[in-house]
Amino acid sequence: MKALSQKRRHPLAALALLVMGLMLTGGLYAVVTTVNEAKADTTTYSAHEVEEGEKLFIANCATCHGLGASGTDAGPSLAGVGAAAVDFQVGTGRMPMQMQGPQAREKPKQFTTEQTREMAAYVATLGDGPALPAEEYIDGEGDAAAGGELFRVNCAMCHNAAAAGGALTRGKFAPSLAGVSNSHVYSAMVTGPQNMPVFNDANITPEGKRDIITFLNTIENQGNPGGAKLGSLGPVSEGLFLWTAVLGVIIGFTIWLTSRTS
Amino acid sequence: MSAVTETPFEPTTTTGRITNFVDERVGGSGMLREFGRKVFPDHWSFMFGEVAMYSFIILLLSGTFLTFFFDPSMAETHYNGPYVPLKGVEMSVAYSSSLNISFEVRGGLFMRQVHHWSALLFVAAVAVHMLRVFFTGAFRKPREMNWVVGGVLLILSLAAGFTGYSLPDDLLSGNGLRIIDGVVKAIPVVGTYISFFLFGGEFPGTMIIGRLYMMHIMLVPAMILLMLVIHLFMVVIHKHTQYPGAGRNDRNVVGYPLGPVYAAKAGGFFFIMFGIIAFVAGFFQINPIWNYGPYDPSPVSAGTQPDWYIGWVDGALRLMPGWLFNIPMEWHIPLPWGTNTLSFNVLGPALIPAGLVFTALFLYPWIERWVTRDNREHHVLDRPRNVPTRTAIGVAGFIFYCVMWAAASSDLIATHFQVSLNDVTYWLRALFFIGPIVGFIVAKRVALALQRKDREIALHGRETGRIVRLPHGEFQEIHAQLDDYKRYKLVGYESPVPEEGIPNENGIVTKKENLRSKLSSFFFEDRVAPATPSELEAGHHHEAVEAGDDDKAITH
Repeated sequence: MKALSQKRRHPLAALALLVMGLMLTGGLYAVVTTVNEAKADTTTYSAHEVEEGEKLFIANCATCHGLGASGTDAGPSLAGVGAAAVDFQVGTGRMPMQMQGPQAREKPKQFTTEQTREMAAYVATLGDGPALPAEEYIDGEGDAAAGGELFRVNCAMCHNAAAAGGALTRGKFAPSLAGVSNSHVYSAMVTGPQNMPVFNDANITPEGKRDIITFLNTIENQGNPGGAKLGSLGPVSEGLFLWTAVLGVIIGFTIWLTSRTS
Repeated sequence: MSAVTETPFEPTTTTGRITNFVDERVGGSGMLREFGRKVFPDHWSFMFGEVAMYSFIILLLSGTFLTFFFDPSMAETHYNGPYVPLKGVEMSVAYSSSLNISFEVRGGLFMRQVHHWSALLFVAAVAVHMLRVFFTGAFRKPREMNWVVGGVLLILSLAAGFTGYSLPDDLLSGNGLRIIDGVVKAIPVVGTYISFFLFGGEFPGTMIIGRLYMMHIMLVPAMILLMLVIHLFMVVIHKHTQYPGAGRNDRNVVGYPLGPVYAAKAGGFFFIMFGIIAFVAGFFQINPIWNYGPYDPSPVSAGTQPDWYIGWVDGALRLMPGWLFNIPMEWHIPLPWGTNTLSFNVLGPALIPAGLVFTALFLYPWIERWVTRDNREHHVLDRPRNVPTRTAIGVAGFIFYCVMWAAASSDLIATHFQVSLNDVTYWLRALFFIGPIVGFIVAKRVALALQRKDREIALHGRETGRIVRLPHGEFQEIHAQLDDYKRYKLVGYESPVPEEGIPNENGIVTKKENLRSKLSSFFFEDRVAPATPSELEAGHHHEAVEAGDDDKAITH
């Protein structure tokens, strides 16, 4: 103790303190950020899968993403995007991309589930990234009401409160979420595909994501109590329907009523 | 004297005695005699006013039902109804009771949908009715005042719609209210004060739903009813207009009397309309408030639009750039009491287009009357083609409105036609200025072309499609003359010529008069004169010679 108090006026004491301070903050930060980082890929892939995945990758993806997925001008590096990104992009048919554009569009899947898994296995070896969602979070058994609140605060500004989708700038858009599988919804949240931001586990906890998925399942399956939903697009489709169909029928009746005219 | 000679009516049946008892005291038969003999001309385009009135009656009926169950309180509560995705969610009592109406009150959702669909239809019918009145010139003397009353009714119907739209306190309508709050706050100096008075504090506060509710169920409908009565009263005084035709002039009305023909038709039409609205409300979902969730100022949903009739103002806001060629549209103006912000990028689009449209709408009858110096009474309508400039002005205004209207759905245009949202906005901005001009020119040319076609048909008859080969080898198409009734429609209109400025008593053409003369040429420079009797005579004679004597007998 005495030695410490004697050395506190040492010229390097300030430096030592600074280093200690930085170490502490850095260490704490590292601890905190690992919470945000996707969980280490707990899914185990066999060496065979990784090997097959690499072959598929070279044949189908390397043109844009480069050999070893290191990225080219036409496509980003895939190191660290994780298996979840591959599952979403390939599993929904967005990759391989049909053409360059503001955003990759959904289209019929090009690969089987098995092939997708093999490519995911390969990409997962390139660096730590979000893994495929655990079954417990995509079962759709969460709290729909809590999920609804999370959805309105975090998702509705692009995807619309009824998840019908919406426009973004310059030809980009947030798609409708009807018919998207629970696993893909989860993967999209953790990987942020296209123009979507990443909602990591610190933004929305896995339980929160489960609630959102439950909410989406609920509103998709509950039907429409009021009748035909007219695309769930709100007042525009309602107005369009009124001005065309309803007014059209009424004009038809007015013509009928005045057809025997004086 | 008449009282002495008149034999008192002695009813023989019970019904007759009761009726007579009432009639002797209220004089109903006199009113019935007067109104029952009112003659109304028949035309489908005359029925939109009726459509509006019936929608309004349906609105009153369904609205009354809704007030039995709606609670306009903004107090906080937690939803505990059957709709699972909102169970336990914090919300206002107003929203909770709207959900209650939708899911628990028997027939509640149906009545909500009846109310909402008929509200949309009400404003649409008012709009179509006004377009009909404008394009046929029914606003001319003596109906200018009634046109103004109609304009007031249009504004009131917008007010009724907007105040009602906000009541459920859902996310969608809350977003709409927030825009209104923004527009109010953009008013220089007093904007923030007005907003605070309106909302009882900072937006959203706890007052606004109750205040809007009072306006929606009391003030606005009462004013609509008052205006409606004035409107109908004036229709009775003026008598109904009629389309031009043989035997119709400014001194008569050709049609069926109200009783019994029109009473039956109109009464039946009410039930037809109720049936259509009930069908639509039963099968087509409108404003699914449960989808939108409770209002909370933080979330804004994509695809947030107002109901169609407010769309054009929303569209104008969407079209307005915040910056114009590096010049900001928002200014900070230093004043003695501090800096005031003038947000022209909000204030301008919210007020200027609406101000323009309504000012032009209210003043137009007087403008046209001044330019044309036409001070006569008109009860026979114009066919739109026969007044090309008015028709063109109407089309220009219509396109001006429609561009803003379309802009309110710019995001849906972008997603559904897979184009860039920015491009949609740029195009609509250009159309905002160019559209009305192009519309004016095209409409005027189309009207003139149709007039020429009419003239041609009046002079030479219609083409029969029969080709004859004459003995010397020439081919000719046989034209059939119209009958007199049909021809009357094509020639029975006025086509004024442009007027020179008229000098005043000092022999001077004033500047105002000069302007009038210029506007007069603007109105009437391009004209197609209706075929005159002598021209018709010459035309028919010519026709007879051309087609040969044996074709004289051709009529269709």
